[in-house]
Amino acid sequence: MKVAYWPGCVSRGFTPELHGSMAKVAPLLDIELVELDRACCTGAGVIAEHNQELADTLNARTFALAQQVQGAELMMNICSTCQGAQSECQERLDASAEYRDHVNETLSAEGLSYEKGLTNKNFLWLLVEEIGLDALAAKVKQPLTNLRVGPFYGCYIVRPRKRLGIDAEHRRDNYLHELIAALGGTVIDYAGMRKCCGFPIITMNKDASLKQAGRHLGDAVDAEADCLVTPCPLCHLNLDLQQPLAERTVGRELEMPVLHLPQLVGLALGLDPKELGMNRHVVRPTSVIDWSTSVVGAAA
Amino acid sequence: MSEAHDRPPQEFKLKLRRYDPESGQAPYWDEHTVELEPHRSVLEAVLQARDRFDGSIGIRCSCRQAICGSCGVRVNGEPALACHTHLDAALGSAADGVIEIEPMGNMPVIKDLIVDMDAVHWKKIQRVTPWLLAKQPVPEREYIVDKEAMVDVTQTAACIQCGACVSDCLAMEVDPGFIGPAALAKAYRFVGDPRDAEQHERLNDLAQDPQGIFDCTHCFKCVEACPKDVNPMGQIMRLRRIATSDQHITDQNNGKRHEAAFTGLIKDNGLLWEAELLPRSYGGNSWLGKFHPAAGKELLNSLPSIVKALLRGKVTPMGALKPHKIPSADLKRVQAIYDHIESHPERLELNLYISGEDESEAEEIVAGGLAVGAVEDAAPPASEGATSAPGPEGATSSDPTASEEGAGGSAPAGETPSATEPAEGGGTTDAETTHEDAEPVGPGPESANGSEPEEGSEG
Repeated sequence: MKVAYWPGCVSRGFTPELHGSMAKVAPLLDIELVELDRACCTGAGVIAEHNQELADTLNARTFALAQQVQGAELMMNICSTCQGAQSECQERLDASAEYRDHVNETLSAEGLSYEKGLTNKNFLWLLVEEIGLDALAAKVKQPLTNLRVGPFYGCYIVRPRKRLGIDAEHRRDNYLHELIAALGGTVIDYAGMRKCCGFPIITMNKDASLKQAGRHLGDAVDAEADCLVTPCPLCHLNLDLQQPLAERTVGRELEMPVLHLPQLVGLALGLDPKELGMNRHVVRPTSVIDWSTSVVGAAA
Repeated sequence: MSEAHDRPPQEFKLKLRRYDPESGQAPYWDEHTVELEPHRSVLEAVLQARDRFDGSIGIRCSCRQAICGSCGVRVNGEPALACHTHLDAALGSAADGVIEIEPMGNMPVIKDLIVDMDAVHWKKIQRVTPWLLAKQPVPEREYIVDKEAMVDVTQTAACIQCGACVSDCLAMEVDPGFIGPAALAKAYRFVGDPRDAEQHERLNDLAQDPQGIFDCTHCFKCVEACPKDVNPMGQIMRLRRIATSDQHITDQNNGKRHEAAFTGLIKDNGLLWEAELLPRSYGGNSWLGKFHPAAGKELLNSLPSIVKALLRGKVTPMGALKPHKIPSADLKRVQAIYDHIESHPERLELNLYISGEDESEAEEIVAGGLAVGAVEDAAPPASEGATSAPGPEGATSSDPTASEEGAGGSAPAGETPSATEPAEGGGTTDAETTHEDAEPVGPGPESANGSEPEEGSEG
């Protein structure tokens, strides 16, 4: 399937292994990525906090660019925060024709216009709803047998439920669980799996922010997870990049590897860990990979 | 729902968290099986267990119709009003067919399901001066105010002080001093009230408090928790927006600097430049920000992470020093959007609580591109509080499209989803009278200067 692909900023900045691994995984799943390289940052909620109309207009521009991609079935992102920020703007744009017209008037300067009703899915949702877990499982070359994986969703992709289309039929807040199982791994439940990683307040209350990250990582350690997996690169920053500081804050050793969603999928599809950029994490995913043979999961 | 009322009583298994701090015993789980019709509430189930099996079960309740806010608990791990949660819905979200009922979080337990609201919730409410500080002189008769402004504050006035949002606030979980969602929603109730004289002082207090508006982690937990659609986090973001963009208040948490740095970096590059964001948030929004002592101190503090990131090749020195940019033609368009919107004399803000949604256009299939077939998944972008809808005009003034208003024909959205939405864990009940002014009497209103009217335009 062909998708208008929004990679986000951080996947091309501080977590380049995310964008890289997505590019490696896509062809294996017959996903054609048409990158929206002309679009700008979603604002991650911060621009909306500054000026709502500005955030809505910038995102409407991205949506309009996505709608121009010929033959694309939908727009796809690889960042929970992008999903949340975009969904919020789309909710307003879709709710009022009058407001949409107003925003489109601003966009008309470059001949763009957003039409109500864009479908925008995080890679996680696309895997479950478009590709299907059975079809995915059929492609698994290296099942994640004996690998104990803790899901870490990120707030923006699980709340608020109504806006994100989560209900009894679309249990999007449980998809990571289902995905890990479909790849042959063992799902590890722990207290923090749908809580906040703390990243949004890293510059505003660093201690509280790192306490959040440290606590969830510690819960995962206590639940004997081998690694976490997250669909959000901002969560990844607080959980992986900042893990040395989080350890200092909560006063315990953590050493918990955190994988990006496409990395976990890529491993199961038989890709080489290095190809997936797993050597670029602050916390080495040694529990996930036997580096000498590139075999997934330690034989238990 | 109607068929639920016809169903006969059935058995429900309850698992209750029991704890009596005075007993010296540790908390424990207690199981009881009750028999009730599935449309009955979790509260009724707990009361039946108390009446039939164990008179010592502690739960607080009064109105039994989601108005008094007394029976806040956690049902299957999520905060809820016990009286506003149907048993069949609770069973649906229960693991192993057992409905788990616990006291709310973030507050000390007095006994079983009763928490100490005074120790946490009410103390925090007091911090926002929860009464009107009226503009002087007080008019002889009523204040004449814009209707839309009053409708706006009804959303926060609808708070019944049940503490569900406080219970699950993730910022408070790690930082108990955080003022929290309920108090901040209450703060907006007065900041947004055109009769209040102290908007700037209120905002300044909340911004200067290091555990004030900029201590919220934006996790949406309170939005989900609230049984009255008060949307506390949304109100917090509005408080921030008014404090920074309108009142130009610089706070103690780098909140304004962070926002300015973020917004500015996107304007300059189109994409985020992470390596610059951090130092600018501490040191000020310019390239020189990183040379500010506060930024230096922060960089030093983060050294363990920075060194590891460099060693692993996660971040390269060149990558950190050079921003990623979108193509220059596009960057110019983005900058033109910034300039255009920021030149408006007033910010335009669409508040779906006030405006509601357009009448459903679900059948309308837009031709071309990604809109086709999108309806199923993307369709009902639910409004936050799809209840009141006084008029199609939702944005604050200065809307240049206002003249097209009539043509747009955007019908008041009273008829949109709200009634059909299977409200999580509750469904619609007879108690859905959200906007009855349940304005609670905060602690010590008697100390308010003068006796201010809480309601619309009473004199």
